[in-house]
Amino acid sequence: MIEGWLQRKDICICAGSGGVGKTTASAAIALGMAARGKKVAVLTIDPAKRLASSLGLPELGNEERRVDADVDGELWAMMLDAKRTFDELIELHAPDDATRDAVLSNRIYQELSSAVAGSQEYMAMEKLHELHQEGRYDLLVLDTPPTRNALDFIDAPRKLSAFIDSRSLQFFTAPGFFGLKVFGRGASVIFSVMKRATGVDLLEDLSGFFRSFGDMASGFRERADGVSKLLSHSRTAFVLVTSPRTDAIDEAAFFHRRLLDAGLPFAGVVANRVHPDVREEDVAAELEELVGDDLARKVLDTLADERRLADRDRTNLAELRRRLRRRPLIEVPYLDDDIHDLDGLRRMDEYLFG
Amino acid sequence: MDKRLVMVMGKGGTGKTTIAAALGLAAARAGKRTVVVEVAEQQRLAAMFGVRPTDRHDEVELAPGLFGLSIAPSRAMEEWLRHQLKSGTLAGLLGGSRIFQLLTAAAPGVSELVTMGKIWDLAQLQRRTGGSVFDLAIVDAPATGHGLALLSAPGTFARIARTGPIARQARQIEEFTRNRAATAILAAALPEEMPVAETIDLEGRLADQSLALDAIVVNALYPERFDSDESARLAALDGRGSDAARAAVVAALSEHRRAAGQRSQVARLGEESRAPLVTLPHLFAPELGRDELETLSELLEESL
Repeated sequence: MIEGWLQRKDICICAGSGGVGKTTASAAIALGMAARGKKVAVLTIDPAKRLASSLGLPELGNEERRVDADVDGELWAMMLDAKRTFDELIELHAPDDATRDAVLSNRIYQELSSAVAGSQEYMAMEKLHELHQEGRYDLLVLDTPPTRNALDFIDAPRKLSAFIDSRSLQFFTAPGFFGLKVFGRGASVIFSVMKRATGVDLLEDLSGFFRSFGDMASGFRERADGVSKLLSHSRTAFVLVTSPRTDAIDEAAFFHRRLLDAGLPFAGVVANRVHPDVREEDVAAELEELVGDDLARKVLDTLADERRLADRDRTNLAELRRRLRRRPLIEVPYLDDDIHDLDGLRRMDEYLFG
Repeated sequence: MDKRLVMVMGKGGTGKTTIAAALGLAAARAGKRTVVVEVAEQQRLAAMFGVRPTDRHDEVELAPGLFGLSIAPSRAMEEWLRHQLKSGTLAGLLGGSRIFQLLTAAAPGVSELVTMGKIWDLAQLQRRTGGSVFDLAIVDAPATGHGLALLSAPGTFARIARTGPIARQARQIEEFTRNRAATAILAAALPEEMPVAETIDLEGRLADQSLALDAIVVNALYPERFDSDESARLAALDGRGSDAARAAVVAALSEHRRAAGQRSQVARLGEESRAPLVTLPHLFAPELGRDELETLSELLEESL
């Protein structure tokens, strides 16, 4: 089924709330498409290192690595290193060595490019854009951080463009920064209030930081626009991953609505770890005969517990189907042991692609 | 529990909200006025307690002595500006200005910084915002990577600003979260391969910042219903019996295998991490509500 969703698609973005098996689903989709002859790269922007373990790779870096998966196509994987991606971007776009060094050695740049959450989102989009432009893969599969952060990464390029586009950047980089005559009274009032909130040193440093970028800002803006276009392109598919738990279902419905509102190409939902139906027949007497009263009672207790979860899953998925209207939903059952290697991913294949 | 701030960190889906809420119940029972804090505009606590959430940026009472608060970064920013500028008018002027809005929206880490500022304020005996005082603030942090970014945002901005009011406040917050007498860091985990790996990773990344976990709560551990003799007897049935009976045995053995796998993951976590482990049972309730939270809070109270 997934294969149909991804026909004529270059990019598959897997989104959903935390702990629903998004990383596993991304890896299984990538592996499945590679098994069907495609050259696929799967990348994660989650700051936590999970993709490597699900692909049986001890380490992943900022470059794609070929996974030894015995497939007709090729499977590659990478883990985004935001700082290195940012550095490479500066190196690529700096008009000269002096500009490059000025940015890379700027203290604010160093802090923001490594430690801070939002830079992950920017750089993931950048990397996706870069890999897409290079065109070395038939399909790029992106594993994203939990839902609400995933929305951040969709918004990130737009926020950057808005800032660069506006006169705000000029405000900070104007040669007469401290005079600010050029911006008139309104701006100088804002400036003096801002100075009171942040202190003058920080504003000076910020000004220096923005100036160090020089003309590169407009290049970044173009790239940010390119990324926005890429996300809404008809060759991109958003796949929502969810578990059948109520909170995850609510998040999936929320994200589905946001995707549609933003006009982004939504393909369908993968519901992961669905408890299989437990039959309602009375087997007490038979079990007692087979294994004795004590053990039979324990089996029946287990059954009753599992049935409660199976019933909940069925109710929740019915509700999600109703909210999705006619959009497709794939169910992957809760498999016996948790999936964290290539064999496990292969076991998901029949449900995702079946 | 004798701290002022508890950060509940860990992988997504490991039950951070549940653990934060259960801890909150235990603290409130012990007579502490407690607030459980959600970030990034999540609103799950109110639903868990069957309380109507508010749109306002203040706390709702979830249970006697227990309050819930969901931090909206935009509101936290407004509060910060008001405090900083000592004037609602100036705060409105700056906060409403396009330059400021675009800058703070585009700048990575700003919402984490103001969120930490609000969290810090909630944990103070003298509230900067003049709000009511709590004995304990418990934070339901975002998933590992973003949780770490939240925790380290004050330090980052203290270094960025170096001097001036932002640096001063950021440093004050950082000192508070680094003070182990004031702040505890808990990890929520599940007894499965990837959550265990991520918990070990979290501990290492905290250590890189000279921080440590005070405890790991391993959530949703399956019961050990069958001993090895019993599971062998079930396996020995080998397809005997009616379809329904076979299905029942298969379901039981399947859960038994998962439970065994979980126990080896708990053992692995125990070996590879330095923090003490606490386990909570898997509850087979379709939804976690007040009763389940009470059960978990009693278990946590015994073991923490």
